[in-house]
Amino acid sequence: MRVLPRHDLHCQQAVELVTDYLDGALSRRQRRRFEAHVKDCPNCSAYLEQIQAVIAMTGTVHPEDLSPQARDDLTTLYRRWRGDDPG
Amino acid sequence: METEPELLERLRDGDEEAFVMLVDRYQQPMLRLACTMVPSRAVAEEAVQDTWMGVVRGVHRFEGRSSFKTWLFRILVNRARSLGTSEQRYVPVDPGPAVDPGRFDAAGAWAEPVEPWADASDARLDAAAWAPAIKAALDGLPPRQRQVVLLRDVEGLSGSEVSAVLGISLGNQRLLLHRARNRLREAVTAAGGRA
Repeated sequence: MRVLPRHDLHCQQAVELVTDYLDGALSRRQRRRFEAHVKDCPNCSAYLEQIQAVIAMTGTVHPEDLSPQARDDLTTLYRRWRGDDPG
Repeated sequence: METEPELLERLRDGDEEAFVMLVDRYQQPMLRLACTMVPSRAVAEEAVQDTWMGVVRGVHRFEGRSSFKTWLFRILVNRARSLGTSEQRYVPVDPGPAVDPGRFDAAGAWAEPVEPWADASDARLDAAAWAPAIKAALDGLPPRQRQVVLLRDVEGLSGSEVSAVLGISLGNQRLLLHRARNRLREAVTAAGGRA
């Protein structure tokens, strides 16, 4: 298959494909064009790395632990539900 | 740690401890998602409570064809929407670009170089150090972007699970995710790109 030159895809198009690329949602041809562009373009390559870093950062965000009060409230409700609806 | 199918089995038997363990695991993520869909924290809490009631009543019917998490969030989204939603459900997703067109020259190349963060590989290792900055930036996202990124990148649902939970197409799910990640990236860049 013909190797498409880098200018086949420009930066502004490439950055909009990043999430599709990471999701494996590009066609084989699009993926090849995207990878060829990023390989030769330090800016888009930095952009892609930063998006991957952002995904890793976001993955470490954990919700605060549940307060004992909130847990007690729900447990009380649960008991009531079980009483109302013994299933 | 007990697996989810085990917990669900116990919940079907009316085991309170299993209920508390599920609440501990999911209450906060549910609240956070609900807050993006309704006008106030109080309404979000109501939606979450309704959801738990739906889970307790419906767990006998849950067949495990989707993951428990997907089932749970789907119930939540339905409850939140029925409780009077502040989101514009029927507004189409804007298909425009995520990255500001002003960042590119007439030929579509970056007008200014993209400065690598201090060290992208370090940044990844120190991902946890960025949690507070990311948390703040998440709060500033438009609701629909926040919903998608919470479910995908915080909760780890797949793209198709998210589109099922929110009732949006896979393509729109990805558009919103891309826009959200781009904004988070801008927030980290603005914060100096180093932890």
